[in-house]
Amino acid sequence: MKPGTTRAACVALLRRDLTLIWRRRGDALNPLLFSIIVVALFPFALGPEQATLARIAAGTIFVALLLASLLSLDMLFRSDLEDGSLEQLVLSPHPLSLLLACKIAIHWLTTTLPLIVIAPLLAQMLYLPDTVLPVLLIALALATPLLSLIGSVCVALTVGMRRSGMLLTLLVLPLIVPALIFGAGACNAAQAGLPFTAPLLWLGAWLVLALVLAPLAAAAALKISLT
Amino acid sequence: MEPNHDIAPLLQARALTYTRNAEPIFGPLDVSLHAGEVVLIEGDNGSGKTTLLKVLCGLLEPSSGDVLLHGAPLTLARLSHQVALLGHLLGLKMELSTLQNLHFAVGMGGIRPGITPRLALASVGLEGYEDQPLRTLSAGQKKRVALARLLLVPAALWLLDEPYANLDRTGIELVNRVLDHHARRGGAALITSHGAYAYTSGAPRRIALKTAA
Repeated sequence: MKPGTTRAACVALLRRDLTLIWRRRGDALNPLLFSIIVVALFPFALGPEQATLARIAAGTIFVALLLASLLSLDMLFRSDLEDGSLEQLVLSPHPLSLLLACKIAIHWLTTTLPLIVIAPLLAQMLYLPDTVLPVLLIALALATPLLSLIGSVCVALTVGMRRSGMLLTLLVLPLIVPALIFGAGACNAAQAGLPFTAPLLWLGAWLVLALVLAPLAAAAALKISLT
Repeated sequence: MEPNHDIAPLLQARALTYTRNAEPIFGPLDVSLHAGEVVLIEGDNGSGKTTLLKVLCGLLEPSSGDVLLHGAPLTLARLSHQVALLGHLLGLKMELSTLQNLHFAVGMGGIRPGITPRLALASVGLEGYEDQPLRTLSAGQKKRVALARLLLVPAALWLLDEPYANLDRTGIELVNRVLDHHARRGGAALITSHGAYAYTSGAPRRIALKTAA
């Protein structure tokens, strides 16, 4: 008998999920397109004045990116539930929280990281001052994994239900509002020439907390919703 | 190999019941399964066969009674590499090839000595289908891929939910052959059937599940 190691299991899971996402890469592009469209619509609605757009730029990009990654959150465990892979995952001898952490990491890397990569382009579209761009990118890099981690717990809770999309949004939105306030707040402070490190440090602290606790909570929630 | 009844059974359930929303699904039920045994659970549709398997592998908590694995209480954490479940949902990815699916199963569950994913595919009659995406296979062929997964992973206890569904005559013989082989090398299997087809080699112990009134 040669039982597999946990490391081998994580590698197998990472490889499988990456292959699957590559096979369905059209779906993975959806959040990207969504956020570009949302940001592109703002100048049409508000007029092209540089001062107006520059003032709302950071907040708009933040909201667009958070909503875009919220859209893809529901897909985190959906297909695994439908084909029975989730049951096999729970029955596997490896720590479920670690396996879920792998899935969350892949989800963030494939759906949210591309959003951060195009954020400078979105910033240009809304005349965000160049000095604020690094702050925006750092705030996004801290806030979006936080959304993926908090969201994964809510997805794990609702995955057993049919049409859970609405409930999921209601659950996640209040939990993610602090991240939005601090993230967009840091950008606004930087734009006004005020110190902006404190809100970023708060985001970082929450991210560390979520990195440790969210996979454990997601594993517990998943076991509840499968029974 | 005659089952050895002196040692603790591989799996034992005592006075097991399961109740969903105050409605009894099955039980009380006593089951014991020794190494080298294949036990058939028979019951009509809706008699709780699938639920029983889920309770026995720890996915569902029994309402009363307990499940022992090697004589100690069963928890998900203790299952490690000992139990393999084949349910109605096969747990295979339609976008991936048969071989990719099996490589994933080996990565997650480990591998028996002396077998490779290619050999397992050949022994379920799917030689030449290694690189076919699963979505292009028929329902019966998908079931065969799931059987190949059972052959690969080192679990001693198999819980199979309707393994004969969707299979043709040679497929049914294949399941029986695979089960015989598994029992001979000291494994055990619990299989459910609604009675249309069943494990025929030897005289398996049968447990009847009646619809709880």
